[in-house]
Amino acid sequence: MINLIKEKFSEGDSFFHKLDPRVKIIVALLFSVIVAVSDKYTSLWGALFLAAAVVIVARLRTKEVLSRLLVVNSFIFLLWLMLPFTFQGEKIYTLGSLGISQEGIKYALLITIKSNSIVLVGIAFLSTTSIFNLVHALRHLHLPDKLVQLFFFTYRYIHTIHSEYIRLNNALKIRGFKPQTNLHTYKTYAYLVGMMLVRSYDRSKRVYNAMLCRGFKGKFWTLNHFVSKKADFAAGIVMISCIMGLVLLP
Amino acid sequence: MKEREDKAVIKIADLSFAYPSRDYVFEKFNFNFFKGERIGLVGLNGSGKTTLFHLIMGLLHPTEGKIDIFGKERKVESDFAEVRERIGLVFQDPDDQLFSPTVAEDIAFGPLNLRKNHQETKKILKETLETLGLAGFEDRITYNLSYGEKRLVSLATVWAMQPEILLLDEPTIWLDEGTIEKIVQILNRNPRLSYIIISHDKKFLKETTDSICLMDNGKIRKI
Repeated sequence: MINLIKEKFSEGDSFFHKLDPRVKIIVALLFSVIVAVSDKYTSLWGALFLAAAVVIVARLRTKEVLSRLLVVNSFIFLLWLMLPFTFQGEKIYTLGSLGISQEGIKYALLITIKSNSIVLVGIAFLSTTSIFNLVHALRHLHLPDKLVQLFFFTYRYIHTIHSEYIRLNNALKIRGFKPQTNLHTYKTYAYLVGMMLVRSYDRSKRVYNAMLCRGFKGKFWTLNHFVSKKADFAAGIVMISCIMGLVLLP
Repeated sequence: MKEREDKAVIKIADLSFAYPSRDYVFEKFNFNFFKGERIGLVGLNGSGKTTLFHLIMGLLHPTEGKIDIFGKERKVESDFAEVRERIGLVFQDPDDQLFSPTVAEDIAFGPLNLRKNHQETKKILKETLETLGLAGFEDRITYNLSYGEKRLVSLATVWAMQPEILLLDEPTIWLDEGTIEKIVQILNRNPRLSYIIISHDKKFLKETTDSICLMDNGKIRKI
């Protein structure tokens, strides 16, 4: 979570860091949709290749990219445990009473390629934009103000709510609380969650008031403006053409 | 006396206020604040000091009475837009105040809301950071700052709006002597500034204010 808050990938001066965030959002969205609905292997391998290529162009630290992929793939690993055994189809191997089906493996592989391509593109396109610029870009793309603000504040206050949770949890610990399977534990956790809800609500009111006091009238203005250059437009066209190319692959 | 009263920039008359299902915090409360005044506000916890600030900023609304600020009666939300542009309130908890990822963006939030253009905002940003001794803090992440730094940056976010009057709510609480001394210097270096400071720190008030008012039982008086 701290990684997320620090926006580790958002600093840099690669091609993707400089690209207009609006172009990035549109391309990433289009790519994700196409990859998600596609089930042609050639297109998907192509997509994974493109995704890996853009991450390389974005010049991000390999170790951190891999650590993010690890999180995604640990979920996918669970699918590999389940799908080959449960999917209907031709059995290629039998393990005791369980049969491994070819379709199951294919399906798991499909999901693996899709998720990794989308996550890689997300890293290259979206993580290389600071949250303020993303918010600003979303507004320019005419997403409703309320959704944009919801997105932004969720991002900002996860950190504060998390530290509030740690504080409350420490308060429990120093008075000798040990979680067990009993009513006392359930009750304590219920109080903890309840208290966090109440505190978050109060905090949201205070934050909003503080913003009003600084002249907030429902619109966010950003310090670092971005102007769409011809190069951004051209890059967008090229990238969209590549994505369309993926669809047309045999 | 009457004539003097007319010159008050903040004029509160016969104001009553109570939080839901609690006793009145203020009943027939009167208070005048003049340009150039530097006053300290003391009183027991729960005596209504913060409530008074929130009433002035229009975050709370009185059940009865009149609030005149800058020569105009302020009643509904839209009346307070101008007040908020000219009076700056610094909250007690800097985590309520700082919501942007970087110090620069948080400080720019106010001036941008005032529709300052880009160059102006950048200039204000630079000047504010220099005045408050925070030069070089632009790209620091707000939630990674130390508590003392957060307090100074909170002050900076309001300072950047160049308010005519500052309302400071417990600006020294939980701060070390060094940071308190910095705040004393910042305030004293700008003798034309008007402000009200809520504080329990008598030494700090002595160094920064000209007079001290006590809030007690819903009344305010000079001591």
